[in-house]
Amino acid sequence: MSDITLSLAQIVGEQYVSNKAEEAYFYARDPGLMPAHKPDYVVVPETVEEVQKIVRLASKKKMPIVPMGAGMSLTGLTIPLKGGIVIDMKRMNKVLEVHEKARYVIVEGGTSHGLLKACLEKNYPRLRHSVPDSPATSTIAANVMIHGQGRLTQQYGFNSDMVAGLEVVLPSGELCKIGSCSLSPEWFSKGAPLPDLSGLFLGWFGATGIITKVALKLYPRKKMRDVEIFVTDREDLVPDMVYELTHTEMVEDINIFAQPLPVIFKDNHHITLFITGDTDEELEFKRKMIWDSLDGFIKSKDGGFMSLPPVMKPTLLEMPQRSVSRFADVRKGGGFEYSGPIIAVEKYPECSRKIMELASQYDLAYSAMARIIGRSHCMMFGFAFTFNRADPDMMERTRKALQEVAEFALAAGGVYWKPTVDEQRMAIERMDPNTRNLMKMIKTNLDPQGIMNPGNWEVH
Amino acid sequence: MEVGLHIPFSAKTEFLRHDYFSMDKKKASGLPIGGTMYRLTFDENLCKTCPTCDCLVKCQYMDLKVDEAKEEMIKIINGDDSFVLQDCITCYGCEEYCTRGNHPFYLITERREEKGILTAPRAITKQWVNIGEQRGKYKLGDIKQKILSFGFVPELLELVQGRLFDDVMPSYVFGQEFFCNVVYIHFANTSIIKERLPLIIDNFRKLGVQEVVCMHDECYGAFTSLAPAYGMEVPFKPIHYFEYLYNRLKELGDEVRPLNIKVAYQRPCSSRLSPDKHHFVGDIMELIGVDLVEREYQAENALCCGDVLGMIYGYDLKNDVQKRNIDDMVEHGAEYCVFNCPVCQNALAAKITKKAIKPIHIIDLCRMAIGEK
Amino acid sequence: MKYQDIIHRCFRCGYCKFTSDYYDFNCPSYRKFGFETYAPGGRMWLIQAWLNGEIKNSERFQEILFSCATCANCVEHCVFTFSDDLVNIFIAAREEMVNKGIIPPPVRDYLKNINTSGNPYKEPANERGKWADGTSIPAYDGHEYLFYIGCVGSYDERAKKIARTVGNVLIEAGVSLGILSNRETCDGNEVRSLGEIGLFQFLAEQNVTLFKELRVKKIITLDPHAFNTFTQDYPSLGGEFEIYHYTQVLAPLIQSKKLSLKDREAKITFHDPCYLGRHNGEYEAPRKILESIPGFSLIEMDQTRENALCCGGGGGNFFTDILGGGEDSPNRIRVRQALDSGAQIIAVACPQCAKMLEDAVKAEEVGHKIEVLDVAEIVVRPLA
Repeated sequence: MSDITLSLAQIVGEQYVSNKAEEAYFYARDPGLMPAHKPDYVVVPETVEEVQKIVRLASKKKMPIVPMGAGMSLTGLTIPLKGGIVIDMKRMNKVLEVHEKARYVIVEGGTSHGLLKACLEKNYPRLRHSVPDSPATSTIAANVMIHGQGRLTQQYGFNSDMVAGLEVVLPSGELCKIGSCSLSPEWFSKGAPLPDLSGLFLGWFGATGIITKVALKLYPRKKMRDVEIFVTDREDLVPDMVYELTHTEMVEDINIFAQPLPVIFKDNHHITLFITGDTDEELEFKRKMIWDSLDGFIKSKDGGFMSLPPVMKPTLLEMPQRSVSRFADVRKGGGFEYSGPIIAVEKYPECSRKIMELASQYDLAYSAMARIIGRSHCMMFGFAFTFNRADPDMMERTRKALQEVAEFALAAGGVYWKPTVDEQRMAIERMDPNTRNLMKMIKTNLDPQGIMNPGNWEVH
Repeated sequence: MEVGLHIPFSAKTEFLRHDYFSMDKKKASGLPIGGTMYRLTFDENLCKTCPTCDCLVKCQYMDLKVDEAKEEMIKIINGDDSFVLQDCITCYGCEEYCTRGNHPFYLITERREEKGILTAPRAITKQWVNIGEQRGKYKLGDIKQKILSFGFVPELLELVQGRLFDDVMPSYVFGQEFFCNVVYIHFANTSIIKERLPLIIDNFRKLGVQEVVCMHDECYGAFTSLAPAYGMEVPFKPIHYFEYLYNRLKELGDEVRPLNIKVAYQRPCSSRLSPDKHHFVGDIMELIGVDLVEREYQAENALCCGDVLGMIYGYDLKNDVQKRNIDDMVEHGAEYCVFNCPVCQNALAAKITKKAIKPIHIIDLCRMAIGEK
Repeated sequence: MKYQDIIHRCFRCGYCKFTSDYYDFNCPSYRKFGFETYAPGGRMWLIQAWLNGEIKNSERFQEILFSCATCANCVEHCVFTFSDDLVNIFIAAREEMVNKGIIPPPVRDYLKNINTSGNPYKEPANERGKWADGTSIPAYDGHEYLFYIGCVGSYDERAKKIARTVGNVLIEAGVSLGILSNRETCDGNEVRSLGEIGLFQFLAEQNVTLFKELRVKKIITLDPHAFNTFTQDYPSLGGEFEIYHYTQVLAPLIQSKKLSLKDREAKITFHDPCYLGRHNGEYEAPRKILESIPGFSLIEMDQTRENALCCGGGGGNFFTDILGGGEDSPNRIRVRQALDSGAQIIAVACPQCAKMLEDAVKAEEVGHKIEVLDVAEIVVRPLA
């Protein structure tokens, strides 16, 4: 056993360290299209102390560390670009505290969205969190680290906006609390009224520290939910429709999708609206408000509410939507990657025309999936393509299409979400120089050895 | 762990695959594509000489007196503008109200299409047109001379079970290839019907079937009302499934037990295309010991389930019609609401359940009566 | 390799690891080993890599493949259309390894023992029927049912007690049955799941021939594993019999009061055997029996029915023990889940589960709080 293996085994136990070919193969890649790179070691710690010790060891050996949740970013953010140690956080999956009246929860750094959802449903039926549509294994820490979005994003912003505190292992191995918890037993705020230090970690993909605890804001869970789909063939009117809908302040979440298959979806844009209520009256009132808000478009025949077949509702209402993962097998090939720039809602028509143009140009199956963030403040527009892993040519065409999306998105005023390393480079190049220098300062000061998820957010 | 060497017992490699589910992969071949132009047979004189103009006078969604109704019908016949072309909510009722054998609703639909007057939003129309396109994904049972047609109503694949259908099943067809396409009269789109319906009829012809039990009355209306109105020949005998159910229940005789419940019946728009079969609702209820409540919105006065109204006109009309309909059921003490059309059932089930009325399809109700439910 | 056209289609999204409500990870080997590689998605990606020559058949790879308990939790929860074939794919990969002759030693030993002795215990075939000594269970002679025991019930001390109890209870309830005694041989379910398809076919054909010779029409199995292979695999080898797990025969007898039971208070939880539940959809029969016993309250664990955590004995692991050992072994987790439910008794309907969970009760040192009993043993206790 090598020195490092031995040291790691002393920290986490022999069973939870691997330098074997099998783990090296698996943890070298994610389900997306980024090139693989093998880690030297994979460890699966169970405690914060173990994470600290691993980081100290890596620091001593100047060895890269990559924290990983479910590894589902699809853009290669947990691929160890320079080798080193991948820390699979999923054994740290406890829901530690639920503060019911203050509506927040503290979870460990590897706790999955699925587990938190199940735990709240069972024990705190009046509380919920913003569940993303990534698979249920995806972790809360990783999701806020990439500024993920979820079912409550239209109401409360990015999931990272819902963070109420963090515990982070710094590159030095020190443990640091961020937010109100740094001086109070309460984890109600990640920053205010103090200087908000959460920005030193959120969005950095582990390049500045490893999140070992997250406090997440919880929200009222109504007894009933329902879904409606407003259909239009006028992509140019979608921003106006969204504007009317967000004005009602009655909608839980707004997702828009457009895709050629199954044929029921061909030729149209589908604004999916979720509503909630504690009573029939509340639900019906909200339904009327949203229907009425779009009445002008119905009268002008520019859109209408579709009749939802009974089989479709449960698929739409489930959280997370498993159908999103199923998109990977549309081409019977298990492949799915998307570029999801955060962009102005007014850009919906351009984005939707672009994805259709690219799908046609590269002969790819596509799905346009937009999620409204805030009251129409911006949206994530997902340029999603599915590919067959057994077809290298199709994979290459998908890569090219996504590269074109990257260029298009910047030109259209978008900002990359969970960017690949190439997109990070493009973003850094275009960034205001002073912002770029500030990022460099932060990274260099926090991680002078450059061991934290190296290759990501590197400013040269 | 050491490496264990093992000599395989034999080279046989054929594995017993566990097929947990099997799909009906039967496919027929040689179904046609393409279409021909057909014209609506409409006798203008019947309208011009009509003393009652019931078609529009009886309309539940527009308020017209006889003279006004005649004036508007003449405008429609002449191809002039009429508010009827804007305001008709496509309930198909006038097809029944006209007692002189004309087809007022088909004419309204034709004129709307000629003038480009949309009923539904374009996106909704496109969606429905796309859904109905033939894609070679139909299902065929064990086809005999008599078959059940499920059209393209997936719910029927679940509903049609048990002894009521023993004598025909598994002789059935399902899929877009057997979808009557009549629904497009809701969308003022007869050209797609003229294009597709002949192909559908031909698909039945190719199967060599002699009797088709239509499990949805839109399907029955396609072959007995719409196709003849457009001069399309139907080379088989269509049977309305109400009539089939009635006869089967009679055959089952003593096995039928009175249910002793009070029900309301939700009559669908498509039933207006075959009003001569509506009496079977009462006949069946009598046979299975069910009290069909005498309510305001039944028979000729039936109200739309609201599904199409929502898509076409928005919240208020849909909500108003549904509310009046459900309140009427409640007021008359219905314990169940019996559905003929699964789409109506989907549209109203949740709302009537909240009023403590149980939704049930007429097939399930009949199965209840023979102890299968 | 069979299923080669499917393997690359896994997205490794991880739904397969969970229960339906995402309350817990429910893949036994993932629970035990903690690496993604030991989860179904990991296996799929590694099998593909192995077929492409990107990784080799190593000890680790063997451990990854053979630690799968074939419990079908992944089949139940995978979101893709090929979900039904997941376990079949893992078995097909094992078959490839078996055919190449490089497999873990305990697997090799298991298969060798079946090959030479007809059972995994290296016990003489002529002692297979000894478990029935001292009982009134007759040899099969045209009875309505053949009572098929399987290797575990025939040779394992704990399981032998269960076999005797089940046989006695069925006879007391008036069921006409007989056993094959020393003529019985291995049903082959584990042989198949370990990938030795040739040996499996040999065993199956041998059994089918014998059953037909004896004009057997109906079979009651003690073990859900035999129930599974008789139901799922034997028909395609010409073995069309009416197959029942013993709980399916016992449930209606108890409900119709063919056995009179005394009142006895206890909190019981039922552990679903994978080869009865997820593989064959039978969740009700054992519960009907337990619910019929006066005084007993049946309480469910959070992970139950299609979400039940496997005891860790499936897929040959009962014999190879690749999945066993340590606090995170599935049988120990399962016992902790049972304790969390507040039960005093874990009811089982499989001799392999009985043994696995009893071992776990000992390892957890909770014998004073909870005991493991087969459904039939629970029935016997309050018998009038």
